[in-house]
Amino acid sequence: MMVYGLRSYLSSTVGKKFVMGVTGLIWAGFVFLHMLGNLLIFAGPEVYNSYAHQLTSSGLIYVAEFILLGALLTHVILAIQLTLSNRAARGSQPYACTARGSKSVLLSSRTMMFHGSMLLVFLITHLMGFKFGNYYETTVNGVVMRDLHRLVVEVFSQPLAVLWYLVALVLLGVHLSHGVGSIFQSLGLKTLSNEALIKSLSWTYAIVVTLGFLSQPIYVFLMMR
Amino acid sequence: MHQEERLMSLTLKVWRQKSPKDQGHFETYTVEKVSEHASFLEMLDQLNEQLIREKKDPIAFDHDCREGICGSCGFMINGEAHGPLKRTTVCQLHMRHFKDGETLTIEPWRAQPFTVLKDLMVDRTAFDRIIQAGGYISVDTGSAPDGNAIPIAKPKADWAFDNATCIGCGACVASCKNASAMLFLAAKVNHLVSLPQGQVEREQRVMRMVAQHDDEGFGACTSTGACEAACPKGIRLVAIAQLNRELLRAQFCYQEGSKEEGI
Ligand code: HEM
Ligand code: SF4
Ligand code: FES
Repeated sequence: MMVYGLRSYLSSTVGKKFVMGVTGLIWAGFVFLHMLGNLLIFAGPEVYNSYAHQLTSSGLIYVAEFILLGALLTHVILAIQLTLSNRAARGSQPYACTARGSKSVLLSSRTMMFHGSMLLVFLITHLMGFKFGNYYETTVNGVVMRDLHRLVVEVFSQPLAVLWYLVALVLLGVHLSHGVGSIFQSLGLKTLSNEALIKSLSWTYAIVVTLGFLSQPIYVFLMMR
Repeated sequence: MHQEERLMSLTLKVWRQKSPKDQGHFETYTVEKVSEHASFLEMLDQLNEQLIREKKDPIAFDHDCREGICGSCGFMINGEAHGPLKRTTVCQLHMRHFKDGETLTIEPWRAQPFTVLKDLMVDRTAFDRIIQAGGYISVDTGSAPDGNAIPIAKPKADWAFDNATCIGCGACVASCKNASAMLFLAAKVNHLVSLPQGQVEREQRVMRMVAQHDDEGFGACTSTGACEAACPKGIRLVAIAQLNRELLRAQFCYQEGSKEEGI
């Protein structure tokens, strides 16, 4: 028996984690760009709406959406498969005690399935609220386009929506604080010399993404309502 | 200056299980007058002598060298593999690290591929089968002088040696929430792949050993790091990244048949 060839590789524990890493990386990259785009809220409605209009009117958006959807489905299916087989490997008899001292581990790394599932729920509510949400129109420099800015202000004027985004985005940060470092591990890119750098990168990424995203609902709620 | 030896008494909740089929349960014991200089296993010896005097079945646990090099010993103490001290096996763990009057819960390694044989003894032959699958060098490597004649860069030699220190105790599997044996597997693969002698079977080794690991029913790595914290030999979590790299590389570099048959 050998792990050799595409099928064999992809069904091995190591290969599945490789795919988890690639799909996680695709989403982590998208999430970062999305966060940067959102910051345009600070540049005013015209810039914000024109940016969104340009993005969505190019045909490339369908390619990007296809890749993202495929990556997400793969990520979720593999997450479920791995979680189930990992539980089976653990066995039916639990330990009476769990480690508390120097041999305990970060909670975030033990709870990937929990915040991952919350992210899936969030993603659905997020798409329903914005992508498939109320449609307003506006004209910028003579071009008719969707007035997303108005929708953003409408949604983030509601305290409950802001609270839900706060919770979900913190969980996104938690998922990625472990996830980004884990990508390098699963893809085999981590080495003794870059290990510490990757750890800081992972945390910096998670904090920047979470704060970057949060700035929008908080700014809208406090300043534009 | 001579100091009095501290003696302590402890309450132990120990997992007792007659056979693999037995349900198993915790039994509570008290041991008195335990020297702080005793090792954890010597403390258990003391309890066993007490049990034998009371005509009870002594607690079964694996041990051999008692100097932290053979990998026979190991169980959970209050949920921590090999107890609370880092980079230490239970045979090298001394009672001075515990408090007088403490209650300690002692359980065997638990994982689907590690069947409990009796009390604290588990079946770790799955590890042997992983080694049999490829953890060896079958080409002639010459004798000691030949080994010394091959120059190896210091960082490489150090890394090979660091990985070679894995004693196969199973603490990594026991602590992992996925019962993954990746740390053990990585240590064994990295040790051999870092040295010139390990190059000949480089691809088939990793491909076979990962296959055996999965066949035995061990889980996948989630880079949680419980293994690294528990490992008495300080095998690094980053070793698993090298294992992942090796398996990926092997998919491209393996030439069927030729290398293993020496053609
Ligand atoms: C915005 C969406 C998401 C992003 C950016 C993301 C990112 C990541 C990343 C980077 C990893 C590390 C991959 C690796 O270990 O190599 C990861 C792991 C994981 N993700 Fe996600 N994820 C997302 C959504 C989800 C969802 C919806 C679920 C669950 C339904 C989920 C469940 C998991 C689990 C269980 C792991 C750990 C898997 C393992 O280590 O075996 N994630 N994620
Ligand atoms: S990697 Fe460490 S914990 Fe795992 S078997 Fe080897 S020595 Fe024991
Ligand atoms: S008895 Fe040999 S390592 Fe503990």
